[in-house]
Amino acid sequence: MANEVKLHGVTRSPFVCRAVIALNLKDVKYEFVDEDLSNKSSDLIKYNPVYKKVPVLLHNGNPISESLVIVEYIDEVWKGVPLLPQDAYEKAQARFWAKFMDDKCFPTVFKAVTSLGEEQAVAEVHEALQFLENELKVKGSKFFGGDNINLVDIAATFVAFWIGAVEEALGIELLPKDKFPKLTEWSDNYVNCQAVKDSLPPREDLIAIYKKRFGKA
Amino acid sequence: MEEVKLFRTWSSPYALRIVWALKLKGIVYETIYEDLANKSSLLLEYNPVHKKVPVLLHNGTPICESLVILEYIDETWNTTARFLPEDPLARATARFWAKFNDDRVTTSIFRAYVTQGAEQEEAIGPALENLDIVEKQLIGKNFFSGESFGFLDLVFGWIAKYLGIFEETGGIKLLDEDRFPLILAWKDKFCDIPVIKESWPDQEKLITKFQLMREHFISTAAGSS
Repeated sequence: MANEVKLHGVTRSPFVCRAVIALNLKDVKYEFVDEDLSNKSSDLIKYNPVYKKVPVLLHNGNPISESLVIVEYIDEVWKGVPLLPQDAYEKAQARFWAKFMDDKCFPTVFKAVTSLGEEQAVAEVHEALQFLENELKVKGSKFFGGDNINLVDIAATFVAFWIGAVEEALGIELLPKDKFPKLTEWSDNYVNCQAVKDSLPPREDLIAIYKKRFGKA
Repeated sequence: MEEVKLFRTWSSPYALRIVWALKLKGIVYETIYEDLANKSSLLLEYNPVHKKVPVLLHNGTPICESLVILEYIDETWNTTARFLPEDPLARATARFWAKFNDDRVTTSIFRAYVTQGAEQEEAIGPALENLDIVEKQLIGKNFFSGESFGFLDLVFGWIAKYLGIFEETGGIKLLDEDRFPLILAWKDKFCDIPVIKESWPDQEKLITKFQLMREHFISTAAGSS
């Protein structure tokens, strides 16, 4: 049976983007199924009944949900560029940091955005990002994955691209260059990777969306 | 020479997952008990990000986050029975349900346990809905992991003891026999596993601890309203 791969998503979602990047890194041919989240397709509800969210990867009719689970699945099914380290300890470290993005980084950024840059919320963002800054310092490498991007970099896509868009849309500062030199440098390198570049939505689109959704009237 | 240490508290259900995993794999390890009100400098050094237990120390290097530790143990001590299946789709499915447990099931049940009055009544609905989803996962299966127990049973394992503790101390009834026959049947099978049976913390101590914890949450909430 031919490999049939579909990705249900919306281009504005940083979580969907993780799956897109992974598929592109592995050179997987797939169909992008654009969802209207205000009017979810019966397929989406069928394939992700628990959360009814995107992304959902459909591989030969089998659904996989949750972006980091999807990325690991893609890594295990399609050989080629490895998205996770081989070594069990390094793999554990990668999973730890990927989880950190979702458990700590994203919620603090979301809170800072919805509060339109309230001081305490921004301080909490900085506290979370400081761990990433330190990790890059300690590793001394171009990416969290070393010379090449891996699961951690992919998990941090929203830091590299979405934070900048939100900063411009709302006129707030979440990732000051002087406070986070390593993270800033990493962001520039990351968004310039070909597979990432091919996967990111247009920055202008995100800015327009955030101005509309969160901006001051 | 393999040196394995586990930083845990006597009561943490997350740390208990690791106790089970290490024992099931026949791994010799040393336990270091932490007092979370007075964390050791070692714990802070090994888990600077979260400052939590469990932390597994393998030949001096720390691994944190219980689900990450479980996969690490499974991959490192890989000659004995594997916790996770080989097939990528089955693995992805297991990881999805593990995340569902840790993100939704535990949090919703915890909320029902630490609240009272109208707030508690409101919290019970979502907790039961999540348990409905868990119940469905057992349809046609002996264990969450299938014919024999594995990764997902270690993940959901807390339900076999701690849910009862939360029910008793929270004054709520969640695991109704009519609504959750499969979970109750699984609970008996899971608790029969020798490693599981011998590893539960003391029942009375757990009741006392979680009674105190509930009182603390309630008084803190009252103080801040």
